[in-house]
Amino acid sequence: MTEHNYSFVRTEDIPQSPPPSNAVGPMKWIKDNLFSSVPNSILTVVAIWLIYTVLAQVLPWAVNGVWTTSSLAECRDILQGETGACFSVLTERWNQLLYGFKYPVEEYWRPNLTLLLLAFAAAPVMFFDLPRKMLIFTALYPFIAYWLIWGGPIMTPIVALVGLVGAAFAFQRLSVNSFAAGFFGAIVAAFGIWFLGGYLIPDSSDGSFLPAVPSRDLGGFMLNMMLGVACVTLSIPLGIMLALGRQSDMPLIKGICVIFIEFVRGVPLITLLFVASVMLSYFFPPDSTVDLFLRVVIMITMFSSAYIAEVIRGGLAALPKGQYEAADSLGLDYPQAMRLIILPQALKISIPGIVNVAVGLFKDTTLVSVISMFDLVGMIRGPILASTEWNGVYWELLGFAAFLFFIVCYGISQYSQWLERRLATGHR
Amino acid sequence: MTTLTDPPKESFRLSMLINDTRYRSLTFQAIAALLLALAFWFLGNNLIQNLRAAGLNISYDFLGEPAGYDINQRLIEYESQSSHARAAIVGILNTLLVAFLACVTATVFGVVAGVLRLSNNWLVSKIMAIYVEIFRNIPVLIWIIIIFTIMTAVLPGPRAFRGDNATSSMVLDLFAFTNRGIYIPGPSFESGLFASAFANWVLVLAFLVASFFVTRRVNAWATAKQEATGERPKTGLINLAIWLVPFILLMLIMGLTWEVPALKGFNFQGGIKIGGPLIALWFALSIYTGAFIAENVRAGIQAISKGQTEAASALGLRPGRVMNLVVLPQALRVIIPPLISQYLNITKNSSLAIAVGYADITATLGGITLNQTGRAIECVLLLMLFYLTISLLISMGMNLYNNAVKLKER
Repeated sequence: MTEHNYSFVRTEDIPQSPPPSNAVGPMKWIKDNLFSSVPNSILTVVAIWLIYTVLAQVLPWAVNGVWTTSSLAECRDILQGETGACFSVLTERWNQLLYGFKYPVEEYWRPNLTLLLLAFAAAPVMFFDLPRKMLIFTALYPFIAYWLIWGGPIMTPIVALVGLVGAAFAFQRLSVNSFAAGFFGAIVAAFGIWFLGGYLIPDSSDGSFLPAVPSRDLGGFMLNMMLGVACVTLSIPLGIMLALGRQSDMPLIKGICVIFIEFVRGVPLITLLFVASVMLSYFFPPDSTVDLFLRVVIMITMFSSAYIAEVIRGGLAALPKGQYEAADSLGLDYPQAMRLIILPQALKISIPGIVNVAVGLFKDTTLVSVISMFDLVGMIRGPILASTEWNGVYWELLGFAAFLFFIVCYGISQYSQWLERRLATGHR
Repeated sequence: MTTLTDPPKESFRLSMLINDTRYRSLTFQAIAALLLALAFWFLGNNLIQNLRAAGLNISYDFLGEPAGYDINQRLIEYESQSSHARAAIVGILNTLLVAFLACVTATVFGVVAGVLRLSNNWLVSKIMAIYVEIFRNIPVLIWIIIIFTIMTAVLPGPRAFRGDNATSSMVLDLFAFTNRGIYIPGPSFESGLFASAFANWVLVLAFLVASFFVTRRVNAWATAKQEATGERPKTGLINLAIWLVPFILLMLIMGLTWEVPALKGFNFQGGIKIGGPLIALWFALSIYTGAFIAENVRAGIQAISKGQTEAASALGLRPGRVMNLVVLPQALRVIIPPLISQYLNITKNSSLAIAVGYADITATLGGITLNQTGRAIECVLLLMLFYLTISLLISMGMNLYNNAVKLKER
C-alpha cells in the first residue's frame, strides 16, 4: 500500500464563526417578516404609510382632547382652531349615554348594582371551576334584577319566583312516574300559584321600598345590556326546544319548528321590530297594555332563538349516531337520553356558535333605535346630537359607542375562544 | 317441539295513548295541534276585536292609491303621484341594488383581507387581524352612521366647487365628491338601436352573455382537443377577442358617449349621482361583511391540508394548475356556503337603510307608506314576504350549489 499524504485536509476543527449580523436578532426578524421579497417590501411600506396616516390624524385629535367644557362652542374656544377632540360631551352627557335621559338620577345605584350582581350571577355559568352552590344566586338573579331595575312592589318578583319553585317541585314529584305528567303538572302548579299570588300584589307601587320606574324611562347603554342579557338568556332554552323539535320524528312538531325557524331566519330583525312596535299590540287582548320593552324582548328572543336552534341542531347532528343508540340501549327514555347523554355533548359542541349568536344579538340591540327607543345609538342620534350644546360632535360620540360595543363583544369572543380550548377533550 | 304462537292480541286501552310508543307520538301531536289551534284562535280573535275597535280592516287597496312622497334615489321612473305599489317597487329595486353592490365589494374586501391575513408579512397580517376584529365587533348600524357622517359632515358641499378660488375641485375633472353624493360620468348612447335607453342596455347585456357562452364553448373545445392530442391550444387571445371585438363594435355603432357632471347653479348636473345614503350603506355593509368573509376565506384556505398541494406538485402540476385544479375546488367547497349566508346577511342588513334615509323597501313600504296609510299589518306582512322570498331564493341557490360540489361518495 502506498502512503498518501493528504496534506490539504484539516486535522482539527476551526472554531465556529458567529452568524452574519443580518441572520440573527431583530435584523433577521425584520428581513424575514417584513422584507422577504419585493412584493412583501412594497406591502410593508404601504402598511407603514397607512398606519402613519391614520395615527397622524387620530393622535393629535385625541391628545388635544378637551374634557371639561359644557358645550361645543366653549370647546372650540379653548381649542382655538387647532385639531382636538371634544371629549367633554362624554363627561357632560355621561349619565345620558349610560342610563338614558329619563331614568331618575337618584336611582342610578340600582342599575349599577344590577350590573355588579350580573358579574356574580354569570360567573358560575361562565367558569366551571367555581363552586356549584353559586348557581343558586344565578337562579335568583333574574328576579332580583327585575326588582332592582323596575322597582315597585316586591311581591311581583316573589310571586313569580314562588310560582317557578312550585313548578320545579311539582315536576320533581310527578316526573318519577312519567315525564309528561311532571311537565303538565309543573305548568298547572306555576299558573295556579301565579293566579293566586296575583291577589297579593298591591295595585299601586306607593310605599314600596324601591320607587317604580316605567320601562319607557330605560335608555342608554343600560338598555342595550338589558336587552342583550335578557334575550340571550331567554332564547337559549327556547332554541334548545326548537332544535329538538326540528330533529323530532313527529311530522307536526317538526313542521312547526321548521316553519318557525326558516321564517324568522328569512326576515331581517328590523321587520320583527316593526312587528313589535306597530303590529304586535293588535294580537294582544283588547285593553291589555304590554309595554314596548316587553314586546321588543319577545321579538328579539324569537329572532335569536331561531339562530341558536340552528347552531344547536349543528351540534346534535355532529354527535355520532352511536351516542343515540347507546342511550336507547341503556333503556333511557327520550327526556332522560336528551338530558343525560345527548344535550351535554351537543351543547358543548355548540358553545362557540351560541357565543357568536350572542355577540351578534348584542350588536343587533342597537337596531331598537330605529323604532324610537333611546338606547346608546338612539341617545346619540336623538337627544344629544339634536341638543343646541352638542350639535355637530360626531366622532367623539360615535367613537365612544363603537368603543363600548367593541370592548364587550371582543371580550365575549375572547372568552369563547378560551372556553373552546378549555372544553377541547382532544378527541373529536 | 315448541310452536310459535302469535302474542295475544291486546285490546286498545286508553293508557296506551301515553305509555305505548306507537300511539304516544300521535297523542303529543294531537296536543300540539290543539295548542296551536288555540293560539291561532286567541291571536286571531284578538286581532279581529282590536281591528273592529279601531275601525280598521285588512285591505290592500292602499297600494293603488297615489303615494304622495318623493324618492331621490330610484332606478325606474317614479313621481310623487305614482302609486304606493310603485313606490314599493322602487324600494325593492333599491334594496336589490345596494345588496348586489355590497355583495360584490364585500367579496373583494373579504378575499383580499382573508388572503393578506395569511400573508407571511407580519405587519400586513396584523393590520388585517385588527381590521377583522374591529369591524366584526362593532354593530353595523354604528358603521353605517359613521360613514354617513363622513359623507355629510366631512365632504364639501357643491358650493365649495364654485368660483375662481374654489376650495374643492373635481377629481380628474370627472368625479365630484360632495356632501350630497358622488357624481360620476354617465354613459349614454347617441344612436342607440332602440328608442329606450333600457332596451339598449339590455342589448349590451345580451352581447356580454353571448360572449360568455361562446368563450365557454371555446374552452370546452380546447379541453376536448387536449384530451384527444395532449396539446392544449392557446385560447387566451381568442377569448379576449370574443369578449372585446363585438362589445367595442356595438359601442361604436350605438355611439357611446360619457356625460361628465358639471356644476350648474347650486348643484351638479349630468352624469350619474350616487346619493350619500347609498354610498354610506354600500360601503358600511361592504367593510362590515368583508370582515366576516375574510374569516371565512381564511378558514377555507387553512382547511386544505398541505399534503394536497404537495401531492399535486408531486404529480408535476405547475403552481397555477395546482391552485386551479386542486386547492381552489376544495377551498371553495368550504368557503362558498358561509359566503352565501353572508350575502343573505347583507340583503337583510340592507334594511338598516332606514337609519340613513336610503329609500329601500323598508324605508318606502315599511316607513313612509306605513306611516301615511296607517296600514301597519299589511305593510309589515308584505315587507316580510319580500325578504322571505329573497332569502328562500338565495338559500335554494345555495342548496343547488352544495349538491353540485359536494363530495360524490360511492
